[in-house]
Amino acid sequence: MTNAYAYQEAASRSAVQIDAVFIFITAVSLFFFFLVEGLLIYFAVRYRRKKASEDAATSDVTSNLVLEIVWVLIPSLVVLAFFVYGYLVYRDVNTPSPGSSDINVVAEQFNFEFKYADGRTEASELRVPVGKPVKLIMTSRDVIHGFFLPDFRLKQDILPGQYTYLYLHPDREGTYDIFCTQYCGVGHSTMRAKLVVMPPGEYAKWAAGGKFAQAALPLSERGKALLEKSGCLGCHTTDGTAKIGPTFKGLYGRKVHLEGGREVTADEEYIRESLYDPGAKIVRGFPNVMPTFKGRLSDDDVAAVIAYLKTLSEGKGGGGKGEKEKKERGGRE
Amino acid sequence: MSDHPSHAHMDAAQAYEAAKLGIWTFLATEVLLFGGLFTAYIVFRLKFPQMFHEDHFHLNRILGAVNTIVLICSSLTVALGIAAIRKGKQGIFKLFLSLTILLAAAFLGIKYVEWTEKFAHGLFPDTDVFFSLYFVMTGLHGLHVLGGMLVLGGVLVLAGKGRFSEHYCTPVEISGLYWHFVDLVWIYLFPLFYLIG
Amino acid sequence: MTETTAEGAALPLSGSGQSRGYLEEKGFWSWALTLDHKRIGVLYLLTTLLFFLVGGVFGLLIRIKLMVPGQQIFSDHVYNVLFTLHGSVMIFLFIIPAIPSGLGNFFIPLLIGARDVAFPRINLASYWIFVAGIGVIVASLVRPMDTGWTFYTPYSAKTAADVTLLSFGIFLIGMSSILTGLNFLVTIHKLRAPGMTWNRMPLFIWGMYATSIIQVVATPVVGITFLLLAMERLFGIGFFDPAKGGDPLLFQHFFWFYSHPVVYVMILPAMGIISEVVPVFSRKPIFGYNAIAYSSLAIAFIGFFVWGHHMFVSGMSKTAGIIFSFLTFFVAVPTAVKVFNWIATMYKGSITFESPMLYALTFIFLFTFGGLTGMFLGALATNVHVHDTYFIVAHFHYTMMGGTVMGLLAGLHYWFPKMTGRMLDEKPARAGWLLIFIGFNVTFLTQFFLGYGGMPRRWAEYPPQFQNLHIVSTVGSWILALGILVMFVNFVRGLYAGKPAPANPWKGLTLEWRAASPPATENFETIPVVADWPYGYAKRKPESNE
Repeated sequence: MTNAYAYQEAASRSAVQIDAVFIFITAVSLFFFFLVEGLLIYFAVRYRRKKASEDAATSDVTSNLVLEIVWVLIPSLVVLAFFVYGYLVYRDVNTPSPGSSDINVVAEQFNFEFKYADGRTEASELRVPVGKPVKLIMTSRDVIHGFFLPDFRLKQDILPGQYTYLYLHPDREGTYDIFCTQYCGVGHSTMRAKLVVMPPGEYAKWAAGGKFAQAALPLSERGKALLEKSGCLGCHTTDGTAKIGPTFKGLYGRKVHLEGGREVTADEEYIRESLYDPGAKIVRGFPNVMPTFKGRLSDDDVAAVIAYLKTLSEGKGGGGKGEKEKKERGGRE
Repeated sequence: MSDHPSHAHMDAAQAYEAAKLGIWTFLATEVLLFGGLFTAYIVFRLKFPQMFHEDHFHLNRILGAVNTIVLICSSLTVALGIAAIRKGKQGIFKLFLSLTILLAAAFLGIKYVEWTEKFAHGLFPDTDVFFSLYFVMTGLHGLHVLGGMLVLGGVLVLAGKGRFSEHYCTPVEISGLYWHFVDLVWIYLFPLFYLIG
Repeated sequence: MTETTAEGAALPLSGSGQSRGYLEEKGFWSWALTLDHKRIGVLYLLTTLLFFLVGGVFGLLIRIKLMVPGQQIFSDHVYNVLFTLHGSVMIFLFIIPAIPSGLGNFFIPLLIGARDVAFPRINLASYWIFVAGIGVIVASLVRPMDTGWTFYTPYSAKTAADVTLLSFGIFLIGMSSILTGLNFLVTIHKLRAPGMTWNRMPLFIWGMYATSIIQVVATPVVGITFLLLAMERLFGIGFFDPAKGGDPLLFQHFFWFYSHPVVYVMILPAMGIISEVVPVFSRKPIFGYNAIAYSSLAIAFIGFFVWGHHMFVSGMSKTAGIIFSFLTFFVAVPTAVKVFNWIATMYKGSITFESPMLYALTFIFLFTFGGLTGMFLGALATNVHVHDTYFIVAHFHYTMMGGTVMGLLAGLHYWFPKMTGRMLDEKPARAGWLLIFIGFNVTFLTQFFLGYGGMPRRWAEYPPQFQNLHIVSTVGSWILALGILVMFVNFVRGLYAGKPAPANPWKGLTLEWRAASPPATENFETIPVVADWPYGYAKRKPESNE
């Protein structure tokens, strides 16, 4: 981590601001620490019993209202100062800057994925140009994770089912650690990433490197995009209702009844064959009208589509909806 | 000194005071136990007003209302029982105590009918948040009704052995207080789930 | 003869010397079914001290793994189980029950001049419910938990570990805590000796009273929280699962609504012990009795409104964070007030440094430091950086171990003669204390620097730049362990070979010193009548001594 106390080396203004609060609290606390502990030690030494006899005279003062008021008021003012300063800096680091670029962060067990506006996705490395503010829009695919940038002194938990945000001012070039700080399972302590703050020229070169964009998209999402733009939804649905062809919901892994009486499981191979040789197996009750996608979808594309279809089979809904579909078609199968 | 070994260290007046403070403190803990659930109810009702509105029609308002009357009557019978033993009327006391236990059993019986009705319609604790809350809250309440039945049953057994009189009926009184609390929780549950849409 | 002589009028019930008092009756069932609050207190103490050692072993293992940054020594999964067990055992099976259910059970009736607590059978039940909870938790170790002691959802709802069984175990532990708090509340209200008005109560009783209020109000909430977690796993209800419309933050709110006040359950009894020990060993009345008494209530009250300071970066609203930060700072004020009053008690006193006083002074020293480190946590800006890092780990060890545990050890050394009828050997007691003090600081002071440098908590592996400080911390843990060992060996020696203790070895004025050492089962032959507060130690001139 960059040196907390050398401002010239601070990775971000947030580090400087937060360190300043820290130093303020330290200084004031140290003063009271030495005062209080000093008195404790001093009294212990000064008023120790010098002879074995217990007849030493001791004071019988048992209270002093003025003293009580003073030592309620002064700590109250001190902590109020701590609160105010802590709040002001907190407000600053959580204020969005105009012109921030948005970067989506998806956390999952056990890595961080960064999706840029241009659609490119990269895991484990977050690249930004120096000097431009960034807004991180974060969500999790599974459990709660944490996003911790020690060099920036910033941290935010990442939740499933909602977005949380972090505003970064990358003020200095360099590579900085990102740590997961909310326990998330066996891979928690190796769930790390790097923030790479690049000089403008290098950043521009990297951003233009489009050939990485498509390949870096997560498979299932690429599959979904392909499905949508290849016209599949003209004949198939993803919500369980039958159309010209069977629904995709719950398809993967389901037992399929074919014309001619055979029964097969819709696995990866089945889907691949359906795309390349749709007439080889016709599902009972559906017409043989599906075109082939040989030449239109590459092997990688097929893998992506399969990955997407798998996501439509997760959870209890899968098999059940198949049953519902059968009932709707009046038991033709 | 009281003649009960477990409070040989207190006189009768102290023991009575202690028992009353004890049961009120215990009821405070129960308020907080259910309080967590009522908080969850508020949170989710604000989040899913539509779901709460639609789902609550699936609840059997008639059975719910009957159950409410059953519990209110049981609070009445337990109060009448306590009034009776305070006047030394053993017979009437035991009668009202038995009635209370019977009414509690009726409550649980009706609850059983309600729950099985829901299951038959495919409505389970994991169906949605409304039903999660419904089953958890009425379930926890039902457990408290059962516990109350067991306590009152124990009191009835002791009453049969002649343990209580107009001079000593502390366990009856504190059981009665517990029972009123159980009734009170239901009086909140009923409208929150069955009535307000 | 007045009730407030400096000697304390000690009338041992069974003659001088060797009577075993409440320890007389032998046999398993005389202990297992005892209604004597003193025996129940001893049972709790032995059980909680056992788990202190068990939790300590887990801690030592954690520190051994952390000497190396990588996968060596044992697997990350085992590490994750170990830190979860360390936290859960220490918190639920040791720190929460030890002073209240252990020393509190033994001494509350004695200090208020009663023969027992209000509900002895409930007291016994609370102990066996506690044991049952332990049994259920141990049973859950078949699939050991790896969630951290905070059990955050959704991970705790999904992990393969037996969180369901564990949740029921913790529910039972909580029930035991509630019953103890309820018992003490009623006892303190209704069973005080004649003449003991509220402002003649010993300050340990004020501390226990505030503690009992928290136990009774806060614990049911964590009870329902764990019940709901178990139901999420068993029946698929989804209050905490976003996929079902639930909210993982709801779990955190419920959890911390209890778990923040529970730190006051941990500290208030310890502070009560300090309020007893410091006047005795300074031979001076406690300074600011009212301030200390009312500050206990203030801490209990304010402590219910600050739980969100555990959640500043959780995704909770920023406005809520601001409110919680503001309120959090104000719980520091009554705490500071106590520290100032204890130090003022020592002013112009006549101080000796027997082991109870050594531990009491250590409490004040370390807890003050730990409390000051809390300032960084209450302040929003700095909290963002150090949350979930070793800074937090260091903070809570300074307050819980440097605070509560030191208070417990002060109480154990102070009341050992009363409980056992024997004196502890001072030399090994002091040696143990010194090793503990040094070991503790070496272990945990380094962790503040680790944390501010970015070392996250609950990490089995870490980047190499943190290794040096980790090694220092681990060596500290060995010194600490050695000190604890020396102390325990001294306890055992004291039990079997300690010199017979007089009724009032420290010349205290609170009522327990009027009973024999060890006390008879009925505590007092006749219930004392109280005419004054128990802190009249001051003497102006030797001649005024009775």
